[in-house]
Amino acid sequence: MAKVQYKFADDISTDIIYPGRYMATVLPTETPEFAFADIPELNKTLREESQNQQMLVVGGKNFGCGSSREQAASALKGHELIVVARDFARIFIQNAINLGLRTVICPNIEAEVDHDLEVTESKVINKTTGKEFDIIPLPPARQAIVDAGGLIPYTRKKLLEQA
Amino acid sequence: MGKTMVEKILAKQTGIENLKIGDVVEPKVGLAMSHENGSLVVNQFYEIYKELDMEARVWDPSKIALIFDHRVPAESKKTATNQAKIRAFVKEQGIDKFHDIRGDEGGICHQILPENGYVHPGEVVVGTDSHTTTHGALGAFAFGIGATEMAAVWALGKILNVEVPPTIKVVVTGELKPYVYAKDIILHLIGKISAEGGNFRVLEFHGDTIRNMSTSGRLTISNMSVEAGATAGIVPPDAETVRYLREEAGYTGEIDMIAPDEDAVYERIVEIDASSLEPQIAAPHTVDNVKDISELEGLAVQQAVVGSCTNGRIEDIKDCADIVRGKKVSRDTRLLVFPASYKIYHEALDLGYITDIVKAGGVVMNPGCGPCLGVHQGALGDGERAIATTNRNFQGRMGNPNSEVYLSSAAVAAASALTGVITNPQKGAN
Repeated sequence: MAKVQYKFADDISTDIIYPGRYMATVLPTETPEFAFADIPELNKTLREESQNQQMLVVGGKNFGCGSSREQAASALKGHELIVVARDFARIFIQNAINLGLRTVICPNIEAEVDHDLEVTESKVINKTTGKEFDIIPLPPARQAIVDAGGLIPYTRKKLLEQA
Repeated sequence: MGKTMVEKILAKQTGIENLKIGDVVEPKVGLAMSHENGSLVVNQFYEIYKELDMEARVWDPSKIALIFDHRVPAESKKTATNQAKIRAFVKEQGIDKFHDIRGDEGGICHQILPENGYVHPGEVVVGTDSHTTTHGALGAFAFGIGATEMAAVWALGKILNVEVPPTIKVVVTGELKPYVYAKDIILHLIGKISAEGGNFRVLEFHGDTIRNMSTSGRLTISNMSVEAGATAGIVPPDAETVRYLREEAGYTGEIDMIAPDEDAVYERIVEIDASSLEPQIAAPHTVDNVKDISELEGLAVQQAVVGSCTNGRIEDIKDCADIVRGKKVSRDTRLLVFPASYKIYHEALDLGYITDIVKAGGVVMNPGCGPCLGVHQGALGDGERAIATTNRNFQGRMGNPNSEVYLSSAAVAAASALTGVITNPQKGAN
């Protein structure tokens, strides 16, 4: 179970998730410091609390639109954040899957800050309101990468098959 | 059943004829492009081989392009070190499509690729940059991917797990009015179908307006297709494509005039009457917040920006020079101009455009991404507003979350630079 730390509007871009001015920082060990850098209170919560408790945010439609910067996914992965959104932009969710960031597609999600959510295989349960919302499963192409443990192990497997 | 452009290209690059929407394929990649974020790709590439008893070699060094554009010259030691890492990798792997920070051959990746003839119809082109959609203008299936995904492409020569996407056919007809451009068409389209209207879909462009448009304009339209969420924006190749590749890009190889079938099946058809458009502006903070210029005329702007991979081509620099020639930029605003490549810069020098702009009080910057992503040039102050020919107006995009970016054509940005307020060039800017 995790408390909703922040609730976003639709069309949250990767400039909000990871501002362009930090793009020279590429290492997944260093990017988490700048996650949501222009939302100081959320940035601070993640930096101070993500080691101690499961962090979760709720997004609207088209979460992660814009730039292909992988830092947007690696920064959130570093905090082991769960992102529940109505839907996601293509490159962002692909990056998330490649790196193992948990992105949950939940088109009808209703949740506010401080609500307690439980995310199961098929549902998001809002423990505060008692309502349940269905999750759209990943397409098989994306699930294959998740099952392999991310894109790097998946690529290793492919290279070995080719050899 | 007939095939769309993307279905034709994927069939060609996978060898599988009967693909259906949603099928998962691993097409061969014709070109794999990265910029400074190539340093992360290099890291991930070595990571792949770390646990394998194989030498870490890219699949085909002639099909990889590395171009410095996001932070040129480097603004920090971190960037400079990332760039040095890429230079070393390029040498180690024998990659020759490498464009360093140079006044003879440098520029923005999405201009360098077409102008050097690196992209051809019928290919799959991937780039670690969302505006890789640009190259659809030359009839390729071109799309942005992440750095780890690119590392897998460097290793395998194919892109894993591509789902055959549905296509939206966009038909643009009619003649544009004076001072209305390709930029206005794509802004109008994004406003019409929304910033996510093309999510996980391909836009395929048709109609006499597109057929009569130069490759420069098509590059602008494909470039911003991603702002409608589209995976790619493809223009089927025609005589203009061949002219551009042969005469401007110096490409001498084979050109596949791949075309969609007459009976191709589209998810929907969107029609645009180009003749009715007035200059369009995307207001903050989403690219689909598109308005006719008449709704925004008179709004004060402290910065006008002409350039970027969207509108930094010679036609755009000319539009700007024609408007500011012999006049002065308003004392209440700044005009920043950055050509998309040094090839364009040279041409603008030869034609006197650079002199016109500088004498009017504009600042001409070196080719690169510059103010568009607000990293190290042309950031906005708190409460400031910019009119820009760039492609994104997200909050914070031009380096400051407490500022606003309005997107327009080069002519609107230049006319606004003279007055200090958003100005319609149709109303006697000359």
